[in-house]
Amino acid sequence: MIILYAGITLGGIGLLCGLLLAVASKYLTVEVDERIEQINELLPGANCGGCGYAGCGAYATAVVEGNAPVDACVVCGNEVIKKISELIGVKAQGKEHKVAKVLCFGTTECAKNRYIYEGICDCDAAARLGGGFKACAYGCLGLGNCAKICPFDAIAIEDGVANVNPDKCTGCGKCTAVCPKNVIVLIPKTAKYYVSCASKNKGAEMKDKCSSGCIGCKICEKNCSAGAILVENNLAEIDYDKCTNCGLCAEKCPKKIIRKGILG
Amino acid sequence: MLKDANIFVLAITAIFVENFVLVKFMGICPFLGVSKKTETAFGMGMAVIFVMTISSLATYLVYKYLLVTLGLEYLKTIAFILIIAAIVQLVEMFLQKITPALYSALGIYLPLITTNCAVLGAAILNIDNGFNLLQSVLFGCFSAVGFTLAIVLFAGVRERLETSDIPEFLQGTPIALVSAGLVAMAFLGFSGLSF
Repeated sequence: MIILYAGITLGGIGLLCGLLLAVASKYLTVEVDERIEQINELLPGANCGGCGYAGCGAYATAVVEGNAPVDACVVCGNEVIKKISELIGVKAQGKEHKVAKVLCFGTTECAKNRYIYEGICDCDAAARLGGGFKACAYGCLGLGNCAKICPFDAIAIEDGVANVNPDKCTGCGKCTAVCPKNVIVLIPKTAKYYVSCASKNKGAEMKDKCSSGCIGCKICEKNCSAGAILVENNLAEIDYDKCTNCGLCAEKCPKKIIRKGILG
Repeated sequence: MLKDANIFVLAITAIFVENFVLVKFMGICPFLGVSKKTETAFGMGMAVIFVMTISSLATYLVYKYLLVTLGLEYLKTIAFILIIAAIVQLVEMFLQKITPALYSALGIYLPLITTNCAVLGAAILNIDNGFNLLQSVLFGCFSAVGFTLAIVLFAGVRERLETSDIPEFLQGTPIALVSAGLVAMAFLGFSGLSF
């Protein structure tokens, strides 16, 4: 009997509060632009912050208010952007999709270590110990800070270096910010080839430290017919505005560190 | 006994001597979450004052005239939670209508007042202290004023922290917690007051 009373009393209070709220919501409704909700549903909802806003909801509001471009979302594809632009009535310019690449292939096999690191599994911590345990100061430490932060589960550590799965990567850029070595960069999704090394070590020095490093031999620069490769500070760099994806550089590279990218 | 104290003593006790945040450690979530800017901290404080005053009134009435009458005093915690949740929802709708700017500034923390233990704490302390209706409402209101005072003071501290040179490993939450502890220690000085 007591249980019944208790249940009825609590239920009654709940019902009363509910009724009160229902009445209040009638009088206190605020007109919200329904497009915000529609756009929010189109967006991926990962709240990665790649657009520069606090989350998908904040971005949707900014788009409707005209404060943000319709194509600022780095994650969603052109189809979604098209839908959003139709909703808003603004024409979207086709945007360049980017994808993250780890510019290091210094696997446990290729790259030498300077000391044995036995600290916590965190790149930041390792990088603080004299710049990390790898002989090459530019290489990936492979402790997976990028893999931990990736909201799309696109990064895995393989053989001691991070590897981005291009199918899952959306180019939000979170990993590039968290890497203490700055060895992850965003490259255009259309790029077929990329230089998979970030070392500015001199050639001879590099050979000693890692068998998978750019030695700055300039063979790629000399062979590139489009003039898209420049070797500066002992490191080759591809200018994707000029690159024609011919693949000659990858063929000629003696260290085979110009690799095929996503499409290749 | 606190229930025999006059309004002045009640106010000093609720605001300083037994400050909800800094002495009783209730309502820490909004205290740390919304204290980055003095403005939003003040807004949050106002929302809490409003909610706590109204909820003190409502919970007292429900306890006295419903639960006591039916002999269901043991249900007070769950009943209070229900009432507070409804009141917070009401305040939220109200704010969204009247001041959208404050509404968006408070963001997620407004719904979080629902689970703010300071609000529930005030309601339960009212009962435990044996307050009458007027004392309950005043105690709720003064406690919330104490909350506002603490959060606004702390927001000022955090605004200063923004521009100071803090060692990297202490930046963000760690230094906020350390300074919260220091502010709490300062408030403990009031515990020497006796009436």
